[in-house]
Amino acid sequence: MAELLRYRDDETVDHPAVTVDAFLDQSNASAVRIEPGDDARDLLPHLERLALVEVNFPAFGDGRGYSSARILREAGYDGELRAVGDVLVDQLAYMRRCGFDAFEPDQQLNKDDVEAAFERWPEVYQSAADDRTPIWTKRHA
Amino acid sequence: MYKYDTYDQAMVDARVEEFRDQARRRLEGKLTEDQFKPLRLMNGLYLQLHAYMLRVAIPYGTLDSRQMHALADIADKYDRGYGHFTTRQNIQYNWIRLEDAADILADLAKVEMHAIQTSGNCIRNISSDHFAGAAADEVVDPRPYAELLRQWSSFHPEFSYLPRKFKIAVIASDTDRAAMRLHDIGIQIVQNDAGELGAAFYVGGGMGRTPMIAPCINDFVPLDRLVTYAEACLRVYNRYGRRDNKYKARIKILVHELGAEEYTRQVEEEFAHLLEQGVEPPFAELERIRTFFEDPLFEADASSDIDRSDPDFALWVDRNTVAHKANGYVSAVISLKPVGGIPGDATAEQMRLMADLAKDYSFDELRVMHTQNIVLPHVRKADLHALWTALDEAGLGAPNLDTVEDIIACPGLDYCSLANARSIPVAQRISERFAKTGKTETLGQLKLKISGCINACGHHHAGHIGILGVDRKGVENYQLLLGGSEAEDVSLAKITGPGFDEHGIVDAVETVTTVYEREREDGERFLDTYRRIGMNPFKEALYG
Repeated sequence: MAELLRYRDDETVDHPAVTVDAFLDQSNASAVRIEPGDDARDLLPHLERLALVEVNFPAFGDGRGYSSARILREAGYDGELRAVGDVLVDQLAYMRRCGFDAFEPDQQLNKDDVEAAFERWPEVYQSAADDRTPIWTKRHA
Repeated sequence: MYKYDTYDQAMVDARVEEFRDQARRRLEGKLTEDQFKPLRLMNGLYLQLHAYMLRVAIPYGTLDSRQMHALADIADKYDRGYGHFTTRQNIQYNWIRLEDAADILADLAKVEMHAIQTSGNCIRNISSDHFAGAAADEVVDPRPYAELLRQWSSFHPEFSYLPRKFKIAVIASDTDRAAMRLHDIGIQIVQNDAGELGAAFYVGGGMGRTPMIAPCINDFVPLDRLVTYAEACLRVYNRYGRRDNKYKARIKILVHELGAEEYTRQVEEEFAHLLEQGVEPPFAELERIRTFFEDPLFEADASSDIDRSDPDFALWVDRNTVAHKANGYVSAVISLKPVGGIPGDATAEQMRLMADLAKDYSFDELRVMHTQNIVLPHVRKADLHALWTALDEAGLGAPNLDTVEDIIACPGLDYCSLANARSIPVAQRISERFAKTGKTETLGQLKLKISGCINACGHHHAGHIGILGVDRKGVENYQLLLGGSEAEDVSLAKITGPGFDEHGIVDAVETVTTVYEREREDGERFLDTYRRIGMNPFKEALYG
């Protein structure tokens, strides 16, 4: 397992993440792992007890996790949202825009490449789960 | 025409540098081919049989002479002196080296062009009506809406790893010139009884191995909610589209399996949620974009007289020019279907000539048609003879728009690693046959479309006559289909019966046209006759 990349100031959650099914059965769990086929909306009634949501990417080309992340942020979840699994440099910027603020890739990523990925886009065209102002809003500010 | 501001330019420039870095990491071995593949696809770089192909985006098929010149220069500098205009209104180059790709993208960026999302499992370049802004029957020019969707879909963080590719077309007239209902999302801009504009959404159409006609899921989405509605359509697809089988991963399968009603319910639910998220652009942005698509300054007193004394010219005028909303003007179609030629191919020299003619005669604007021809959208009738003379001298004067010679063909086994059979030689033999017998003109409108495999890039399902190349025990074999249409009378073609070899298919096409000539009633097109008399008379003639 590679180093955790984390873009939050609070303490790292060290509880093991449980499956969505287990989480819904356990009243005290505070960390959960979403698989691509899980419905992130099942978690919405329980957001206040969640401190960590891991979204697993078993294969980087399966983009369901991007929707899961945005749905959680749109519902007001402000705990850690961590992308785990087949997380690669070239997807980081989009993941960040969808609300991920921590990354635990299977393979160690090159630090310079990571930095370059986050600095790549001078602007964004559309709204997402981050706080960046879209170009079309800036044009008419 | 839309012009980039500093924001648009900065985004395209950033994309070039991103791809340059990705290509470098690939060549250094830091990215595996599996990791690199979706990245290069999203920059239009596709591996064919013999080399990389680069597909360049021509948003909604519109470009100016400077851009067409740049496309010609790329053909000369990096390819073999020609390019191929595609059914998605783009251009592709067939002989590209990976090492050159970033430099080509940089050349494109200098003329406000790119290859962003022209391949891969993402929202592709948005297509539109090739007569937009010129057609007399449009409610409004559809391109501003396509441009808004271009911006929304570019580098979309949530929808760049979809289950499968995603194609959107936008039209704004009841006449469909963009195969709208055969797209993942087809949007028709409509006007309601109160005179307000809105968007009708058709979702889940497509060709490929499982052709489907998109059902209408919402007949009036207000324009200040257009992006939000599209986002809802995509989110439901991204979450629930099948990922276990790439042949069942397009949205048409999801809509079909859920049923249009249930898919619509889920979209409406997501739409209600997203309306509260504020993802819609300010309406002022749509108004800003519209200013780029205002009418050019048409001459109010342009003459409608055309000197028809030269019969070759008169035929071209009759066949290749289309009524325009402004008096004294037409839209002129430059056929890229010379008899015996490769459908959609143009040499760099031809591209330069078309660019210069657009500058001289069409307010510096060209369009790419999904039928792989080029349009000069706004030509004064008084200039037509000069235009035709220049085109004819360059081998671009074929008078065959919408005739049996105006064939759509995919690259087929000459280029494509997915193909089972060659498409190009079949198209060449058919156009030669009909040119030789002189029947082209008398057959009237007859849309013939050829695919070299079941993926249907040549739109064979939508041909009045369709041809599908298959592999039969190692031999190329061609199935014949009849009765398809991509237009407002959309329908899917049906197979006639057993296939033919590459000579037999040319004879078979001629045979079905003979049935049509025998059976047609006044004013009927081939398609109309087929719909009236059915498959049997054609089958009898083919298989006796």
